[in-house]
Amino acid sequence: MHKLNLKINEGEIFGLLGPNGAGKTTTLSMLATLIKPSEGKAFVNSFDVSKEPSKVRKGIGFVFQDPSSDEVLTGRENLYLHALMYGVDRKKVNQRMDEVLRLVDLADKQHIRMKKYSGGMRRRLELARGLLHEPRILFLDEPTLGLDPQTREHIWRYIKKLSVEKKVTIIITTHYMDEADQLCDRLGIIDHGRIVALDSPSNLKRKLGGDLVRIKIKNPNISALKQFKYIKNLKHAEGELTMSVLDAGAHLQSILTRVGRAESVESRSPTLNDVFLHFTGKEMRSEEGNEGTLEKVMQSSRK
Amino acid sequence: MGELNGLYAIWYREIKVFLREQSRIVGALIQPLLWLVAFGTGLGSVVSISGTNYQTFIYPGILAMTILFGCVFYGMYIILDKRVDFLKEVLVAPLNRTTIFFGKVLGGATDGMIQIIVLMILGSLFFGIHFTVFSVAVTFIVIMLLMISIISVGLTIGAWMSSPEGFGLISSFLIFPLFLLSGALYPTNNLPVWLHAFVAVNPVSYAVDALRGAILGINGFGLPLDFAVLVVFAIIMVIIGTESFKRMKV
Repeated sequence: MHKLNLKINEGEIFGLLGPNGAGKTTTLSMLATLIKPSEGKAFVNSFDVSKEPSKVRKGIGFVFQDPSSDEVLTGRENLYLHALMYGVDRKKVNQRMDEVLRLVDLADKQHIRMKKYSGGMRRRLELARGLLHEPRILFLDEPTLGLDPQTREHIWRYIKKLSVEKKVTIIITTHYMDEADQLCDRLGIIDHGRIVALDSPSNLKRKLGGDLVRIKIKNPNISALKQFKYIKNLKHAEGELTMSVLDAGAHLQSILTRVGRAESVESRSPTLNDVFLHFTGKEMRSEEGNEGTLEKVMQSSRK
Repeated sequence: MGELNGLYAIWYREIKVFLREQSRIVGALIQPLLWLVAFGTGLGSVVSISGTNYQTFIYPGILAMTILFGCVFYGMYIILDKRVDFLKEVLVAPLNRTTIFFGKVLGGATDGMIQIIVLMILGSLFFGIHFTVFSVAVTFIVIMLLMISIISVGLTIGAWMSSPEGFGLISSFLIFPLFLLSGALYPTNNLPVWLHAFVAVNPVSYAVDALRGAILGINGFGLPLDFAVLVVFAIIMVIIGTESFKRMKV
């Protein structure tokens, strides 16, 4: 980890976006006191993670990347276990469990052993469990990793609901662009243990200087385009001209009249992938990594 | 209060899982019964020791063996929890690692005690063992001390290792010698000096001796020494175990 300078506000959904191995989980583990920071300081709910780890842990909930429930136990039993460990008031335990189960729509499945839960159900239960002790901050490590698109959208809906109804600060890590885009109020783009950009998804995209325009053309009149102030990041390579254009819809006509004979034109709004490419100089891929997980899960079921 | 609830939580999980996985209970009882029936009867047909039937003679040692092989295995669950994120879920809870350690010891000890009670009932029903109030009391105390030590050994190995294969290797490397050199299967008074030395430094020998002394009245080291060794062994292993838990990485 390099020095990471970062402030996360109360009540926001903050996302750490980056490829696998960028240091997202490590950052979260440090904030949750599972790993000691090698250098520097971190405060969670204004408690120092190195000096008062147990106070930090009382105020946070953590939903881990890999399964973290006992499969032999039922959903409700897993919740009960968590409530005891986090010191939820004994008189309130049942009421709290009913409440979080309702929140993630698992009340009807609570007495089934978790061995029989689907990946999405398990995630939802673990999400609910993270809220059981009413933490002020909830950490979600890759909350939709390995889930199908429909289930992912469900999980997103629950996360948004938590943020609105429970007013908890939510910190998520993800390497999914769409997840970061849809879910987060603010994003830190992280690469090689460094925050390379930090803002709301829409501001980050705006920073690219407008829409992305790509023109296929043999002999472009580049000098003519350079006069336009609304064009930025003009690049020409392999018969293709790429640029960022402020309000492309209004300016495309004048660009095309000046640039010369174009074979084809494409204009689109920038995505977070473009933002990532812009700040790190490379595409964000989710190549290495996630295979091991399933294997690990299979090996670890108690049989 | 928080720590006590946590202790209860860890214990609750161990017991729930133990009672739910019936194969574990049956499996845990098959090995000692095989030793008593197959080995004990077989060798017993030609051997008797100081007037005692061989099967009866090894019965106390088999109780100790059940603990030895059964309880070290609780450390394996640490590794299985490590392989998914369950261990993180436990470690991120606002609990002392010492509390987590003792919760595990307590859970394992409860499971072990259930097995021992079943074996004691089977012993008095089918293997001609006569329990008295005194021998039951001594058995419970000795078994308790031995369980605390052996579970701590298992948890220590579990805290340092990350693969089930590694755990299996290290634990059988430790447990087999502890068993074979404990006098569980033979009397220790006529051994060659070198072998007797191994038996004398093996803390499990003192558990076997105390159990055999209480149940059959055959005593080598004497009860006071047996208890002293077992208490010291338990204390040392608990200290090593809790320290290992504090240093455990996830």
